[in-house]
Amino acid sequence: MNAMQTLVALWTLVLKEIKRFTRIWPQTLLPPSITMAMYFIIFGNLIGSRIGDMDGFSYMDFIVPGLIMMSVITNSYSNVASSFFSNKFQRSIEEMMVSPMPNGVILSGFILGGMARGLGVGLIVTLVSLFFTRLTVEHPLLTVLVVVLTSALFSIGGFINALLANKFDDISIVPTFILTPLTYLGGVFYSISMLPDFWQGVSMLNPILYMVNVFRYGFLGVSDIPVVWALAAIFAFIVVLFMVALTMLERGKGIRS
Amino acid sequence: MAEPALSIRGLTKVYGNGFQALKGIDLDVHQGDFFALLGPNGAGKSTTLGVVCSLVQKTAGKVSIFGIDIDKDFAKAKYQLGVVPQEFNFNQFEKVLDIVLAQAGYYGMKRSEALPRAQQLLTDLGLWEKRNGSARMLSGGMKRRLMIARALMHRPKLLILDEPTAGVDIELRRSMWEYMRRINRDEGTTIILTTHYLEEAESLCRNIAIINHGEIVRDTSVRELLAELDTETFLLDLAEPVAQVPVIAGFELQQIEPSQLALVIHRGQQLNDVFSALSAQGIQVVSMRNRANRLEEMFVSMVESSQQAIDQREQQEASA
Repeated sequence: MNAMQTLVALWTLVLKEIKRFTRIWPQTLLPPSITMAMYFIIFGNLIGSRIGDMDGFSYMDFIVPGLIMMSVITNSYSNVASSFFSNKFQRSIEEMMVSPMPNGVILSGFILGGMARGLGVGLIVTLVSLFFTRLTVEHPLLTVLVVVLTSALFSIGGFINALLANKFDDISIVPTFILTPLTYLGGVFYSISMLPDFWQGVSMLNPILYMVNVFRYGFLGVSDIPVVWALAAIFAFIVVLFMVALTMLERGKGIRS
Repeated sequence: MAEPALSIRGLTKVYGNGFQALKGIDLDVHQGDFFALLGPNGAGKSTTLGVVCSLVQKTAGKVSIFGIDIDKDFAKAKYQLGVVPQEFNFNQFEKVLDIVLAQAGYYGMKRSEALPRAQQLLTDLGLWEKRNGSARMLSGGMKRRLMIARALMHRPKLLILDEPTAGVDIELRRSMWEYMRRINRDEGTTIILTTHYLEEAESLCRNIAIINHGEIVRDTSVRELLAELDTETFLLDLAEPVAQVPVIAGFELQQIEPSQLALVIHRGQQLNDVFSALSAQGIQVVSMRNRANRLEEMFVSMVESSQQAIDQREQQEASA
């Protein structure tokens, strides 16, 4: 394929993915908006007003970046996991496999599709949050960079999950038993400085903590951990997982007999 | 001489569970041919075609499509190839038009180029009116035609049809045959067909390969194969029921129903002799037809002899 044909193929796949999640918007775009509105009302307004300040900010201001990031992570991951697995299950993945589209383009198409949903939901949640607080963004470029990288990282994670999955249960195990606990323990609702030293150390092993903190730093200008370190870790994870996913795809893991 | 549309040499496939689906097969399909690959279930047809279109990873061997080695430049080879699989493999919730346009996009065709092509193919296959409907709303026959339209979007020179008319009613099957004949004749598209309807292979194909237990049992032209046919079985419908099977010297007759006989004719025997003998015994024949089509008889006998050969080989290996 020449460069133009490759671009056409990539755009076709991305557009198909965007059409898929917008066609089923009551399942994909609406629920996170409602869930996050509930978080803002209950944790931000009702309970938050009794908690007081966190790291020098109102509790509502503190949790908004974390909740946006949580939506981006879960939606990026689940979009690619469910879409790719559905393609496998319905065998429509064969449409792509018989075509001359390179594996890197197939992988990138699904990742960009996941990012489109993750970032789209992130934007919706941000707009919802404006009903509850007045957002200020201290470092706009850093904020955008970290949310884009995080979305890409979890889209790749969803892709690997779908490649390895043999049944629909397999694509809900990781989000339910790994992603959700790590997100809740990743400093979305509290600052790790509140924890005893031992649990602070344990928390530092949680990769989501770094993403939430850097994102919060972009908004508020405060972080529990060094920003450069976190960015480097996210970038390294993206490179490694992309190569893992591409290698699995080249070898036909889960899709070729 | 032009490169074959498909050339297979020593193709072997061993699945993860140790099952050897293909045992080093060789096969050539020439440009412009209408070729049938036949075999019983599990013989290796779909595995062979799966390797050709990259859905199955080969264990060993070489596959070339119009002279392009798939191990060297599979992407280039794939441009020559259109695939209509045995099972529906599109997203049932997508619109008909979106499915064919997406397939064109995967081959790098711009929408401005793909849209007129989609209109032409969907119109030819009677699906244009359904273009904005969800694919799951189509009937089984329409879904099969959708897969044909999708496979032809990028104008492949080699079209692989894996049981394209399975479960399709007779009228629709005939119209699909006509369409396949047309693209083979008018556009020069080489077609490889697998089917369980041997009448389909006999009617459409010029050349044929029979595969069984992962080995090519026969690779020849349909005409040559039929010329070798030694026996044919006819069903004779009688005007009146008969109490017992009439005896005619030199002919095999069996009673199927009180007023129906099966007649086995060997090469060189004359049907007129049978009719005369039956008439002399006061038995009138009102109609006659083949019990199975000619290719089917040949196919069954070949598969049986191939099975016997394998059984003998296994016995020899066991006793050695």
